[in-house]
Amino acid sequence: MSSTDISPATLSSVGRPPQPSAFSNALVFGWRAMLKFKHVPEQLFDLIMTPLMFTLLFTFVFGGALAGSTGDYLQFFLPGILVQTVVFNSVYSGMGLSTDLSKGLFERFRSLPIWSLSPFAGLMVGDVLRHGIAGLIILGIGLVLGYRPEAGFPGVVLSFLLLFAIGFGTGWIFLVLGLLIRTPMTVMTIGFTFIFPLVFASNIMVRPETMPGWLQLFVNNNPVSHMTTALRGLMAGTASGADVALALLAPVLLTVLLAPVVLWLYRRN
Amino acid sequence: MNDATPAKALSLVREDIPLAISVRGLVKHFGDVKALDGIDLDVPRGIIFAILGPNGAGKTTLIRVLATLTKPEAGTALVMGHDLAAEPQAVRGAIALTGQFASLDEDLTGRENLIMLARLWGFAGRRAKARADELLAAFDLSDAAGKQVKSYSGGMRRRLDIAASLIVTPGLLFLDEPTTGLDPKARQGVWSMIRQLAQSGVTILLTTQYLEEADQLAARIAVIDHGRKIAEGTSRELKSAIGSGFLHVAPADPARLDEAEAILEQRLGGTAQRSPEGAQLSIVAGSPKAANEALAALIAAGIELADFSMGSPSLDEVFFALTGQPLEESEQEERR
Repeated sequence: MSSTDISPATLSSVGRPPQPSAFSNALVFGWRAMLKFKHVPEQLFDLIMTPLMFTLLFTFVFGGALAGSTGDYLQFFLPGILVQTVVFNSVYSGMGLSTDLSKGLFERFRSLPIWSLSPFAGLMVGDVLRHGIAGLIILGIGLVLGYRPEAGFPGVVLSFLLLFAIGFGTGWIFLVLGLLIRTPMTVMTIGFTFIFPLVFASNIMVRPETMPGWLQLFVNNNPVSHMTTALRGLMAGTASGADVALALLAPVLLTVLLAPVVLWLYRRN
Repeated sequence: MNDATPAKALSLVREDIPLAISVRGLVKHFGDVKALDGIDLDVPRGIIFAILGPNGAGKTTLIRVLATLTKPEAGTALVMGHDLAAEPQAVRGAIALTGQFASLDEDLTGRENLIMLARLWGFAGRRAKARADELLAAFDLSDAAGKQVKSYSGGMRRRLDIAASLIVTPGLLFLDEPTTGLDPKARQGVWSMIRQLAQSGVTILLTTQYLEEADQLAARIAVIDHGRKIAEGTSRELKSAIGSGFLHVAPADPARLDEAEAILEQRLGGTAQRSPEGAQLSIVAGSPKAANEALAALIAAGIELADFSMGSPSLDEVFFALTGQPLEESEQEERR
């Protein structure tokens, strides 16, 4: 490859096209997130394996003991594992952000005349894709194993909308971490330190009735429990408006509180 | 030496604004470190302008401020006729930045990186692809277009990185240490690319730690240190201030070192420095002619030379000549 072959002088000189809309910028970042699935299919494996193992282990190992039969337990557990999957997977946007920042890619984005928040919008698009793909696969496996959402197709659609809202809300935690921490692995470790107790001390795996009183107090007020209760209700067709509102409380609060923090951290430099 | 490259004006270059960059009194701190300490700078249009300085001099910070990535605490700047503080978005529309570290998505292919950026600029599907392919061909990357960037060599990354800055032909291109970390052959390739870009009318502001690079490419050079400009001029002007370099002389008989030192100082003025081992003398020579005469005087005095050489001035020597102090390796350049 000789240097004489390089001839930027032959490049036509190109002027700026009309300013693209913020929405079309965000779509480009979404397209990038999809390309990542194509080039790094391993991340899909990460996404699916943990919830898959949880589903199979809890259903077949503990299910009979916890709920009398594996079928009954699956019916109880599957909505919860969907919540867990989405909450765990929102760590990926924080890790992706941290990687982009450490590689200097955001420097280029920030020097472009684009809507300054579109990279974040793109991360969110990527999240929705991830949550959608992972959720559908887990639900599919559940259906094969005998899970039946009583509310049928509309219940499933409403449940997924709630899942996206949950993912959107928890995503902000990891965006803040991603902006603060330059090593993706540390983002994951710190993120999971927060998330693990919330997920396990909830009503995802078992009903809280057998727990000690102080723990019941925590579990019953844990936002992850509210999310799980609402999702079970939506799948079964028994959710009240109050259930859903309670489930949305944490995502809404997180968005209101953390979105400005993310913006401030991003523009701080 | 590269004297002022003629600006073949592009249609997008507004001739009525003579300066690409006009900076007054920029100040930026990082904690206690003054990265920019009231710097002034005027960069004319259509030339390659080099910012020469050691690590930690504030080069990267200056470029980051001018590319709207970080806000200065004091001072004003006009970039391509737009006020940096008041119209950052207009500045972003007129510039392109290639940072010190390749700002590419390593998981994506080279072509996908360019298509992504073309779409962000607002090119629709087919035009974005056409522009990406045109850039890949011009930068000799067509063969690697479909490969993930993580498999690229350093030179290929740098070329793709620069190509990514040319999606829309910028009026002004910032190149932060464009050849740091490249092997000599890749460096030559990047140099020839930069020259051709300048010929097509793009104003280029580059930073470098190498005097040779500034000398090879730039019509004007500003030397900065500790966030201040300590000298500015053409390569020729700077060299005449510095001298054309150091004359190094090693007498065959170390006993006659003092005698040789006296002759050199008398002929060339200034003070000769002894090498740590004490066998070699180094002194600034005003010109090759003066160096030649000094050597002739040594031989006339019967001092035999084991070795002599003429070194073009290194960055250390430039600093020594300009500041009277040796170059201290200051803190690593702050990136944020």
